[in-house]
Amino acid sequence: MRNITIQTSIAALSLALLAGCSSTGPEQPAAPTEDRTPSAPTGDTSGSAVNQGQVDSRGMSAEEALMAQLKDPNSPLSKRIIYFDYDSYTIKDSYASLISAHAKFLAANPKMKMLIQGNTDERGSREYNLALGQKRAEAVKRALLLLGVQEAQVESVSLGEEKPRMVGSDEASYAENRRSELLYSGEF
Amino acid sequence: MFKAFRLMAASLLLVAQFAHAQLTVEITGAGANRIPVAITNFSGEGLLPQALTGIVRSDLERSGLFRLVDPGTTQVPENAAIDLTQWKERGTDALALASILPAPGGRYEVRMRLYDIARQGKPDGMIFVFAPSTVRETGHRIADFIHEKLTGEKGIYSTRIAYVVKSGSRFELKVDDADGQNPRTALRSSEPIISPTWSPDGTRLAYVSFQAKKPIIYVHSLATGAQTVVANFKGSNSAPAWAPDGKKLAVVLTKDSSSQIYTINADGSGLTRVAGSSAIDTEPQFSPDGQYLYFTSDRGGSPQIYRVPAGGGNAERVTFEGSYNVTPRLSPDGKTMAYVSRNNGRFQVTAMDLASRQVQILTDSSRDESPSFAPNGRMILYASEIGGRGVLSAVSVDGRVKQKLSGQAGGDVREPAWGPFNQP
Repeated sequence: MRNITIQTSIAALSLALLAGCSSTGPEQPAAPTEDRTPSAPTGDTSGSAVNQGQVDSRGMSAEEALMAQLKDPNSPLSKRIIYFDYDSYTIKDSYASLISAHAKFLAANPKMKMLIQGNTDERGSREYNLALGQKRAEAVKRALLLLGVQEAQVESVSLGEEKPRMVGSDEASYAENRRSELLYSGEF
Repeated sequence: MFKAFRLMAASLLLVAQFAHAQLTVEITGAGANRIPVAITNFSGEGLLPQALTGIVRSDLERSGLFRLVDPGTTQVPENAAIDLTQWKERGTDALALASILPAPGGRYEVRMRLYDIARQGKPDGMIFVFAPSTVRETGHRIADFIHEKLTGEKGIYSTRIAYVVKSGSRFELKVDDADGQNPRTALRSSEPIISPTWSPDGTRLAYVSFQAKKPIIYVHSLATGAQTVVANFKGSNSAPAWAPDGKKLAVVLTKDSSSQIYTINADGSGLTRVAGSSAIDTEPQFSPDGQYLYFTSDRGGSPQIYRVPAGGGNAERVTFEGSYNVTPRLSPDGKTMAYVSRNNGRFQVTAMDLASRQVQILTDSSRDESPSFAPNGRMILYASEIGGRGVLSAVSVDGRVKQKLSGQAGGDVREPAWGPFNQP
């Protein structure tokens, strides 16, 4: 039984190494540093605010319009997951436009609140993973604040390894679980 | 029966199973010099609703410190005349005899004599009066008595453990006897429960629950089931650790930025920051004398163990080998630190002698977490994984004795915490 476990973990380890190699593309971040912030988002951060109290042509209330905007699959605002490398809490450059879109939305709609949940894969200490997940949530929060979001709008918490999106002890599952998720008012 | 015992001793494998068992204990390694001990069938045991002798025998066998010698099938009263030479020839160093007698009020009395044949002194004796509903507790107390008389250290058979069982999407916090045979549910939740830890007086458990959709620290009274919030600040609240005085806890909060260590009174008052950096600081644990807080930090670039004076001050690095050393747990005498190290991708329970800084990897599995010392410091309980399922295991601090506590029902067993000697 133990041998099987070891073989499985060796297989998982090889996969991890392969995955590590394959992702050495332009997305690969430098050595993890917690102060790293996304580099791209600059320029217009005024955003597209939906005027409070107004009812648009489709007869939706302002609140409903906001929620529709957040769920529109064609909008970057519908993208709510930021993935991380193993043991890292550095946001990859490829997420700059996603974060910028959410920053604009929050800055334009100051009554909207966001909960950022940081998550990890299942390897290692649960409490250390809780702290690592917190770092992943914090990294996203800090990026948003730098783009003009008010501190009171955003809370970052960690779910550690406790809420996997994919259950499994393989690199595909691990990668799916190393993430920060963005939730808006009414979604948490 | 005794043929079976001999067989199991020979193969160093014992599976103790009972009708209502939740966890089975399997010994997969034993000490090199086990004390041979004969425990005769208790005279008058048939009066009891449950056999007592078997509980005592399996407790001692499970410790890995004793080797059971076949005592024959005869019940021998505790005051019987004994030919010690004859017992010595059967290869035993110690002999326990006991009688069960009816006592007033529907209770029973057990009288036991323990002959330490190797030392040839007068036998030690004990008498317990007990209710028929407490046969198991009585067995554990007798085993504790024998253990202490023969080894000089206190036994842990009467102590309790806590752990979390995940079945599907349900989480249960369990309190159990140290042998895993008496599980009771302290808390049920549809959200994760992690990091249970016993108050020094054994009356309360502190833990982290996600029941409010984020990690919050609670203290739970085992007598009343009352749950009180200790820390619910903005961000995450986690990693509770009791101070030796039982009045304060060290906790990890993220209210000001990343994970930082604070102390707080058990009622949630008196929050004081102890250690903080812009890096991760977590998993605090008081040294038994209350002088230091050991903790995990990635301030040096990888997760390592540090310590800081409990009142605050400069942090000092404790682990240096390897790139992942987490979850420091101090032995009750403060001399040994158990922790989890990552070695070639395997997570293993490791022990460091704090005086010499000598390190020994104790386990040979690959997904070990959450080490917790027995209150006598001999065994370390930890969470492991077999076939993708969480199980509890234990290893002696010298790495020689290994046990597995395997759940019979479905579910992941994890987050073990060994309780103190103190029993409420």
